[in-house]
Amino acid sequence: MRERHHMLPVWFFIGLLLTVYGIIILTTSLDAWSVPSTTVLAQYHPGVWGGVVLLAVGGFYLFQFWPRKRG
Amino acid sequence: MANPIALAAEIFLFRGSSRLISLAPSDLLIIGLYFLMVLGIGIYLRRYANTSNDFFMAGREMSAWVAGLSFLSANLGALELMGWAASTYQYGILAAHFYWIAAFPSMVLLGLIMMPFYYLSRTHSVPGYLQLRYGDGARALSGISFAVMTILMSGINMYAMALVMKVVLGWNIHFSIWVSSLTVAVYVALGGLYSAIFNEVLQFFLIWMGALIIPILGMMEVGGWSGLKARIFEQTHSNDYVHLWSTLGTFSGNPMGVHWTGVVFGLGGAIACGYWTTDFLVVQRAMAAKDLRSAQLAPIIAAYFKMVVPLIVILPGLLGLAVLPYKLVPESAAAPGLHTYNEVLPLMLARYAGPGMLGLGITALIAGFMSGMAGNVSAFATVWTYDIYQPYVRKGMSDDHYVRVGRWCTLLGVFLSIGTAYFVTQFKSIMDYMQALVGFFISPLFGSVIMGMIWKRTTAKGGFWGLFAGTASSIAMYTAVKIHPGWLRYVALSPDAKDMAENLYRALWSLLICVFVTIVVSLFTERKTAAQLQSLTWGATMFPKDEHLPFWKTPWFWGAGVGVFFGILQWMFW
Repeated sequence: MRERHHMLPVWFFIGLLLTVYGIIILTTSLDAWSVPSTTVLAQYHPGVWGGVVLLAVGGFYLFQFWPRKRG
Repeated sequence: MANPIALAAEIFLFRGSSRLISLAPSDLLIIGLYFLMVLGIGIYLRRYANTSNDFFMAGREMSAWVAGLSFLSANLGALELMGWAASTYQYGILAAHFYWIAAFPSMVLLGLIMMPFYYLSRTHSVPGYLQLRYGDGARALSGISFAVMTILMSGINMYAMALVMKVVLGWNIHFSIWVSSLTVAVYVALGGLYSAIFNEVLQFFLIWMGALIIPILGMMEVGGWSGLKARIFEQTHSNDYVHLWSTLGTFSGNPMGVHWTGVVFGLGGAIACGYWTTDFLVVQRAMAAKDLRSAQLAPIIAAYFKMVVPLIVILPGLLGLAVLPYKLVPESAAAPGLHTYNEVLPLMLARYAGPGMLGLGITALIAGFMSGMAGNVSAFATVWTYDIYQPYVRKGMSDDHYVRVGRWCTLLGVFLSIGTAYFVTQFKSIMDYMQALVGFFISPLFGSVIMGMIWKRTTAKGGFWGLFAGTASSIAMYTAVKIHPGWLRYVALSPDAKDMAENLYRALWSLLICVFVTIVVSLFTERKTAAQLQSLTWGATMFPKDEHLPFWKTPWFWGAGVGVFFGILQWMFW
């Protein structure tokens, strides 16, 4: 598909969105690290872990499917 | 100084409303970025969707993974997620049958047996296959009913989404309907099936990323599976909620009021096969694959993921039963201060997800609703253009003309869906009837299609009258039980059967009636020649050989793997 149309693959868009989301969630969660939360098991800081996972997954897809110039 | 995002949200979304969940500015930012992304994808893909093959079939060049994930996501809407979590809260792990026995054998049947005929015949839709196999009558019946039902279901889903957003987030209903609909209209009218598929695959990732927090933290809270079972027993004083098969020996022995025969033959056979093999909304995604092997692998890949979806749908329902400090009630008992079954998923999300993660979870629900609508309108545009407009209204026009018709159809489909959504706000009970309407057609349609594919002797008249008889019998059974609820005992063959059993057994009987009538009428009517059945029927089709492929790369190997996975799950949760 990419070869025929030079179309950016869906994985690129997924990587882009998940990376941005990872940055937002990680930043928000770190900012709220010491603020008491009403959610259950907040002491495990799920937002931080979630942000890291999003950045990892998004970053992987973004790197793997970043449009590169053809040689 | 007030946060501008929060202030705008307060003015446009929440004015004068109560809500289950409060969103932080980061949550609203995440939701807003999703809307920008899907619009951006549609605008980007516009340049690639200029021929009818591109607009309606995504160029038939999707990889197996893309086709497979969109195949699953087209069905994995937010209503389905929330609805099955609610059903799990009500019925326990029995709700997982709608994922597991629904995945196997139906999705594997589609991949291994039926997809070669859909793909090799080069048809563009399921009604299109019926036209090739049975003629115009079957296509017209199937095409018109599909087009009407798709738009109605799209509108109902849109209304349900708006209602969910109102209850959960306090959003204004009109805002939810119009903003979501217009966004879908833009990105599907621009990019066609490309846009719909891209956003479905995106939705798949969002759903997993947004919902996984519930099973992970939930299982930590209860102390694993044994802890979950113990907590459920404390709440319900019953072990029936955590057994998949051992309570299905009698209708009265389980919370759902069904028997294993209904689950195996009604659900796994008639309903699941009817939906997964003939609903054009999902089959269209597999048809968009780049070659036959990818088209066959798409539903098989989807089957693996389908069987893992209970982690984010069924398990949250069970966890809700275990940990929520209050009992949820049916919709009919809803009152201020009480929460309904349908709220179990958002309640569990609010229980564990803080700012940011909550926004991701809500975005996943919104994405589910919107991609469901996108799938419906793109399928509607395809069936309308190819199966109604082109053959019956304006034949022989240029490709550009049909692409333009497809774009206008997309917009028309969205506005009809909006109209249906407002109609439903006035007549809420219509939702039950609309959902039953889908059930009338789906199992007989499977009967007609599978008979056409596996039996050369099936004739055009046999296919048409079988479909008609199956549909008519389903309507008759439904109406009879509605008028005389006690007659459920005759449909489900037991006085202890409950409402769910009616759906399962009605589907089974209507399928069997369809097949029976198809066979009988076919034996007395003129058959097609072998040349006419080329690529349409077993015994008249040359299948491409996969001899160059190692066995572990073949669809049959991976299809068998689905069966093994299915067996393990049934044993684990017996």
